[in-house]
Amino acid sequence: MAGDSVEPGHGEPALSVRSLTKRFGDRVAYQDVSFEVGRGEVFGFLGPNGAGKTTTVRTLGTLIAPSSGAATVAGLELTPENGVAIRQRIAIMPETPGLYLRLSVQDNLACFADLYEIPDPPDRIREVLEAVGLADRIHDSCGALSKGLRQRVSLARALLSDPEVLFLDEPTSGLDPAASKDVHGLIEDQRRRGVTVFLTTHRLDEAERLCDRVAILSTTLRTIGRPDELRDRLFRRTLTVRTVTPLAEPSAVFGPARGVTGWRADSPGTYVLDVSDITVAAPETTRALVAAGADVLALTESRHSLEDVYLQLVEGNDGEPAG
Amino acid sequence: MRISKRRVVAVLRKELRDLRRSGNVVYAMVVLPLVFLIQPVIQVFTIPSDGSSTLHHEHTLIYMLAIPALVPAALAAYSIVGERVQGTLEPLLSTPVQPKELVLGKALAVFLPSTAVAYVVFAFFIAIVELFAAPGVAPALVQAPDVVAQIVFTPLLVTWSIWIGMAISARSSDLRTAGQVSILVSLPTVAVTSLIAFNVIPAGLHIALAFGAGLVVLDRLGWRAASSFFDSERLITTTK
Repeated sequence: MAGDSVEPGHGEPALSVRSLTKRFGDRVAYQDVSFEVGRGEVFGFLGPNGAGKTTTVRTLGTLIAPSSGAATVAGLELTPENGVAIRQRIAIMPETPGLYLRLSVQDNLACFADLYEIPDPPDRIREVLEAVGLADRIHDSCGALSKGLRQRVSLARALLSDPEVLFLDEPTSGLDPAASKDVHGLIEDQRRRGVTVFLTTHRLDEAERLCDRVAILSTTLRTIGRPDELRDRLFRRTLTVRTVTPLAEPSAVFGPARGVTGWRADSPGTYVLDVSDITVAAPETTRALVAAGADVLALTESRHSLEDVYLQLVEGNDGEPAG
Repeated sequence: MRISKRRVVAVLRKELRDLRRSGNVVYAMVVLPLVFLIQPVIQVFTIPSDGSSTLHHEHTLIYMLAIPALVPAALAAYSIVGERVQGTLEPLLSTPVQPKELVLGKALAVFLPSTAVAYVVFAFFIAIVELFAAPGVAPALVQAPDVVAQIVFTPLLVTWSIWIGMAISARSSDLRTAGQVSILVSLPTVAVTSLIAFNVIPAGLHIALAFGAGLVVLDRLGWRAASSFFDSERLITTTK
């Protein structure tokens, strides 16, 4: 599969998943999933509800056992014997913060620091709380914090052990735009620190903005690659031309233009051109329109979002490129 | 794999902090022992001094073993299902903690306060009897074998009761159901101690040894059972 090569880190991948499958009785959670994630990469894992994203994270986090297939997590084979060692190298931030609401922020983090057997917990707790901007709330009860702040505490908890691989399961679910922006900033910080981030999300704008590569899962892996690669792979690149009055002979204008592989009239005075190379087709078309004496209103490149890619793969036909 | 003392203590400390701030749990720890104080107190204070000789043939103090047989189950019933309900189990299991460490930490967090409560209530009862009961009642009631039985059997019963509570907690998806079922399943143990107290089962050294040996065996089996019931995949993936 194109685009499934490991990047941007070097050497051994942080995650290597090979034909992994998980069934609960007759129900298939995910099937035959294979991919690799490079060290230091921010990898988006997208899919609709029930696609198997959280189950995949739980499997890679050694919380549940795969039905078949194999994986390497942070350099260790995913086996029951390696469970503790793997969990020492990774951290999972689940969708719900899962904090002890009757305990203070400090008590919550102190418990987890001891579970990870971190040396000098007070210093480390201070560091991670400073990283998430909550150093001044250390003595607050978690129950008194807003949802956004609880999410930050949850992220601080995930950072405590300085993990090699950080799994974030819907980290901005239910957060307002400002709180989501804060979380995005924290993920960017982790990228800068070289932490491998495995991000499951429904939010395609989030994935597009944060992720080096994305995979789309709907029980089986539908595609994997850079967001712009996926767009190019799934959608023809198009130019939209709008003129004041319809062209008398559009085929005479667009047909000979280099870089234009086809065209259709969308509405009177609006034409959609399939192009092979936008940098050639756009100036060629402009010159042809001017030569034909057309009154040009606009000439724009049609941009497909990651959402278009997602919908095409999850809901539509993932074979032929669409327009 | 070795059990990490630090992780066990981390769970223990967290549980004790959480218990302290949980109104319902503190309420259960206070009210249940008081309920089991009512009957012996009434009995002791309604006996005139000339009737105290009947106490020589009874084992009223043994009745108070119902406290270590029941209170821990109610607390332990909360331990695992409580984590599931509040959504804290998955983050906890995502750490390097092993099921045995988790079970041990949680068991200790119930064992320590439950044993302390049982001993304190027992000491409180003895003090009341010594100070306020009619003359002759205290020497007749406070018999050395019963006191020894209380001291020895309390931790054994607490441990057994914890395993019952935790096993039920691990299989439950609802807090209230877990608490009620745990108390229900603990009742046979309470019945045995009550039958001994009321002389239906004749108390004696052999009975005590058999009872003690049985509890030691049950406690060991309970530890294994509670650990094996702790199946992280089932606990995380089954509906809350």
